[in-house]
Amino acid sequence: MAFAAFSHGGGGSKKSAAPVSKGSGKVALLLLLPGLFYLAVFFIAPLFSLIATSLQTMDISSGFPIYNYGFQVSNYIDVVSQYGPQIFRSFFYALLATIAALIISYPLAYFIGVKARRWPLLQGLMLTLVIAPFFISFLLRTFAWKQIFSNESWIVSGLQQIGLLSPDQYLVGTPFMVIFGLTYNFIPFMTLPLYTTLERLDVRYLEAGADLYASPRKTFMKVTLPLSMPGIVSGTLLTFIPIAGDYVNASGLFLGSTETSMLGNVVESKFLKSYEYPTASALSVILMGAILLLVTLYVRKSGTDDLL
Amino acid sequence: MKNFSLGKYALPVYAVLAFTYLLIPIAYTFVFSFNDYRRSNIAWRGFTFDNWTSVCEAQGVCEAFATSVSIGLISTVIATVLGTMIAIALVRYRFKFRSAVSLLLFLPMATPELVLGAGLAAQFFNVGAEMGFGTIVIAHVMFCLSFVVVTVKARVASLDPALEEAGRDLYAAPAQVFWKITFPLLLPGIMAAALLAFALSFDDFIITYFNSGPTETFPKYVYTAAAKGLPGEANVIGMSVFFLAIAIVVTVQVRSSLKAKRLAKIK
Repeated sequence: MAFAAFSHGGGGSKKSAAPVSKGSGKVALLLLLPGLFYLAVFFIAPLFSLIATSLQTMDISSGFPIYNYGFQVSNYIDVVSQYGPQIFRSFFYALLATIAALIISYPLAYFIGVKARRWPLLQGLMLTLVIAPFFISFLLRTFAWKQIFSNESWIVSGLQQIGLLSPDQYLVGTPFMVIFGLTYNFIPFMTLPLYTTLERLDVRYLEAGADLYASPRKTFMKVTLPLSMPGIVSGTLLTFIPIAGDYVNASGLFLGSTETSMLGNVVESKFLKSYEYPTASALSVILMGAILLLVTLYVRKSGTDDLL
Repeated sequence: MKNFSLGKYALPVYAVLAFTYLLIPIAYTFVFSFNDYRRSNIAWRGFTFDNWTSVCEAQGVCEAFATSVSIGLISTVIATVLGTMIAIALVRYRFKFRSAVSLLLFLPMATPELVLGAGLAAQFFNVGAEMGFGTIVIAHVMFCLSFVVVTVKARVASLDPALEEAGRDLYAAPAQVFWKITFPLLLPGIMAAALLAFALSFDDFIITYFNSGPTETFPKYVYTAAAKGLPGEANVIGMSVFFLAIAIVVTVQVRSSLKAKRLAKIK
């Protein structure tokens, strides 16, 4: 559904059969205007608000900080030097979790999309299982993992007993746990677009590969993988983007600790607890800029320019 | 050949393992909704139906749930109406700035929720708007809109234009053609979009947290309660929503599969 936006983009325009009503530009305008106006006011304008806030100057002459509009670019330098580790962690964790999600999802999507093709109802039910985690609150399922791996759980004491963890080592609060949670929470975003492309994979190509004496591994590398590239591109983008901005998994209340805090955790605490709006805004702008840059480079490199 | 037979079983076994992994936290939440918990719901203390029979006993759970449902309903209606209009315009009309419009619709989906939430909060703060129920609805409509457009657009594009032409040939007025032919045919797509919008709104935490002020939604309740221990009643609400959603999705799937079978028979 929503993932079609990433995999086929242009959508309806491909269907030339649809009649183009002539001379009714007014109707089109009336249909478009309310929604586009809404996005202009509540999506575009806030982005500029965010940039304006990130450049504000702080005045503490009155005893408590007052923020004035300015053009203080040094806010960005301060933020990067102060929160470098958190910024790095955001992208590093997002990268690892995206790779983990891809490795877990690919065989699963292949099974549902190619192997189970003859049974559409079974396919549908398996897809329901894939998105089942979405039906239980994001926070509840993350909290469940926290409890399952809590310090008192038999999993942790078991790992301590067999020596994988030393007696004073625990799981909650470690980078491993945060990446584990991020991977789990965003797996459906990876599996669904992979499924969409693999579902359309023509198995005759695989047979042709085998007929030409290619080993199963070679057929996979030379045929299946390149053909499923659009799904891999949209899947990795759909997982990487939300993970880089997540602050629930890495929060000390859930799977993380102060040692695992990501960019989002800093933004949350600066915005909602210490009211340092310029700092929080500058970090958000950095995240947005980095993501736009990465997405552009990635899309160019992977050769799927028709993403939009 | 040995390799081949191994591969035959490896994939199904793998799929079963992957599904188990996906379902573990759900099963855990379900089991612990029956826990006779005291202060925190971590250790198993015995089986009880109490959490299910008196859900509203835990302070604030039901109020937060009701707030989330009403925010979800209002946002869904607004986002679905605005989004459907855009979807129809995009498929049926040619106009300038088409790619700019597509980009504007794509961007909110590619922007991290953190940026959407913080941006809107900065905006509300700069204009001095009071945060609460209204600002949450505004935020939810904003991020649901693009998802509605994408979902409905797929349906509009698959619509056979001949049906509308037939209506026009029979001298139906444009409004009649829309309400008697186009709209009923689009309805499944619109319903799917509305369900998606409601699900997105109901479960949103990251954007909501920035724009909620004192208003408590269900995800926000869970976030705050996580510090001192989550009551079993929260598990009950989570599981009820889960079962309802699964029931809807499975019913839709089974019905469409039966319909496909009937159509196959006719052909």
